[in-house]
Amino acid sequence: MKSLTCFRLRSASGLGSLLALFLLLLPFNAWAALGDNAASVLTDQARMKGTLSSIDNRTYVLHEITMVSGAKVREYVTPGGAVFGVAWEGQFLPDLELLLGAYYQQAQQAAAEQAASTQTQQGGVPVRRARGPMVIEMPGLVLVQTGHMRSFHGVAYVPQLVPQGVQASDVR
Amino acid sequence: MTFAEGDNRVRKLGFFLVLATLSLLAACGGGGGNSIGTVTAVSVSCSPSTITSGQTSQCSATVTGTGNFVSTVTWSASAGSISASGVLTAPVVSTSLVDTVTATSVQNSGVSGTASVTINPQSAGANVAPIIVDSGPDPTNIITTNVPFVTVTICVPGTTQCQTIDHVTVDTGSSGFRVVSSVLSIPLPAEDLSGGNPLYECTVFLDGFVWGSVATANITVAGETASNVPVQIMIPSSTSPAPPSSCSSQTTGPNEGGSVDAFGANAIIGVGLFMQDCGPGCTNLGNNSPPDVYYACPSSGCNPTFVTTAQQVPNPVGLFAVDNTGVLIQLPSVPDGGSPTVNGSLIFGIGTESNNGLGSAVVYQVPDTGNNAGNFITTYSGTQYPQSFVDSGSNGYFFLDSAITGIPTCTGNLPANTWYCPTTSPDNLTATNQGENASGSGVGSAVPVNFSIENTNTLFSTDNTAFSTLSGPIAPTCGSGSNPACAFDWGLSFFYGKKVFTGLENVGNPVGPYFAY
Repeated sequence: MKSLTCFRLRSASGLGSLLALFLLLLPFNAWAALGDNAASVLTDQARMKGTLSSIDNRTYVLHEITMVSGAKVREYVTPGGAVFGVAWEGQFLPDLELLLGAYYQQAQQAAAEQAASTQTQQGGVPVRRARGPMVIEMPGLVLVQTGHMRSFHGVAYVPQLVPQGVQASDVR
Repeated sequence: MTFAEGDNRVRKLGFFLVLATLSLLAACGGGGGNSIGTVTAVSVSCSPSTITSGQTSQCSATVTGTGNFVSTVTWSASAGSISASGVLTAPVVSTSLVDTVTATSVQNSGVSGTASVTINPQSAGANVAPIIVDSGPDPTNIITTNVPFVTVTICVPGTTQCQTIDHVTVDTGSSGFRVVSSVLSIPLPAEDLSGGNPLYECTVFLDGFVWGSVATANITVAGETASNVPVQIMIPSSTSPAPPSSCSSQTTGPNEGGSVDAFGANAIIGVGLFMQDCGPGCTNLGNNSPPDVYYACPSSGCNPTFVTTAQQVPNPVGLFAVDNTGVLIQLPSVPDGGSPTVNGSLIFGIGTESNNGLGSAVVYQVPDTGNNAGNFITTYSGTQYPQSFVDSGSNGYFFLDSAITGIPTCTGNLPANTWYCPTTSPDNLTATNQGENASGSGVGSAVPVNFSIENTNTLFSTDNTAFSTLSGPIAPTCGSGSNPACAFDWGLSFFYGKKVFTGLENVGNPVGPYFAY
């Protein structure tokens, strides 16, 4: 395991760095993290005004963004340069729409369906309202959020993107 | 000649006195006096004349005299404290005492008056709010499960306009009082920022967020009152101003505060570990930009803003005059299979009255700050979970997942993978809990804790609303590797048959924050 700076990433070739710089220069763009390429990590870092450290773990690269508040976001990138998992912790939650990218709407819809199934009377029969951690398991996405006010923790990953030889539980 | 001179002097003196009087009248708006006047008496009255520990009484003085006398007084009290405007704050007493309030003439300190205020100890039980676990505020549509409710009275400060609200969720996992807007029937004054812009708040819970304005209320639960307290009025997303995307994008969950059915309660009273919901993190500590919690909402739109801790929505318990060191939740045992309803107590204060001592309860210290604030270490099957917590606002035991525990999740009508359905039911499990410091290391001993879980489909097929054996998974991803980052959520199932204490930060003995049971 060795520590690398953000511009010496395995996945960030010279061209990649140029692309990343180009992305940073855009005032607003549609890039996001989960399922996206490694360059989006830099976009996230810029948006979150955080500091970045990166670790090349051979089977994947872990980028950790630490925000001013101390809250952290970790992004897990395949050797091929795809973000296959994200995790977050801290008093303040990150912008999950940014972090989950195209998967955010899917997760939001699944959460809304879960909420509706416990908030809407069905066929004249009252339903049970329950409160607890957010657990979403779909074929293309797993998302978990837990914790409490002042301390939140969550992970999300795309099972199909998890590299061979890597456990989904490494995303944390 | 002497006479003439004297006459002249008297005239000059008179002229100066008139000038002095005029200037004093001008300076004092007509209420002043001069050395000609004499103070003859000071009389004092206080209302109410009988109060309990920590309460206040407004005292006023009537100064009588002749000529242009000074009508101001200074205040003193034989016990407690009294402000320059005559507001007496009673000391905390264990037996009744008579407090003598004295007003002394500023012009003539030899003239004073007194009044007596009787201060009684708080009557036994004044710190006890009955808890009920039942089917909730709208049982024809929604049956709540394992939610502890109390009744809370809120008032417009300085008025007699009050509203009593039932089915208020007791939540040790959050701080602050929040009410569904459609429930509210009294005009709580908005808490505007110094520039006049309305203050709004985005509050994220585990499975969604709530959004709404911050207003000021007096909050009374049992015999305890917190005055002039910021509270949140939760509004639907269809009400303007709509939640900003920077609020809603912190969770994939929905706006849970838009209606009683969506919230599962009329209101929530957060009686957790912390004095405010956000604390120092929302004050301007040199951060680049304010977090997406408090928002200034001029008509042009809402933007995050820094606020002082005094402007934030606080844990009302910390603002009670007495019994302000935390809470004790005491619920009876519930048999396997559950109970239709359960009655228990929310007791204010820890170690402040005869009914809220820690006794033999073990204290589990938790960090006050950092990413593990409020967490302790649960060890299950040899693996430590350092982000564990006790939370009366979670409905059951939530822990790990099937891959780690070997306990299957439920299929059928329940939302997939949200509840456990053990094949052996009840399934008797064991773990240990241990306090934790800010760096995530253990504090104190790891103490075993036994708990049982049952098949949730079976539990939910009954009309019961209180279950000591309700459980579900949290995290399909945690539990391996050298630094597992996951939690045991000891929700309401854990509370039955126990005394569970939540100790507020920076107060009490031991000093909080801590959980104890």
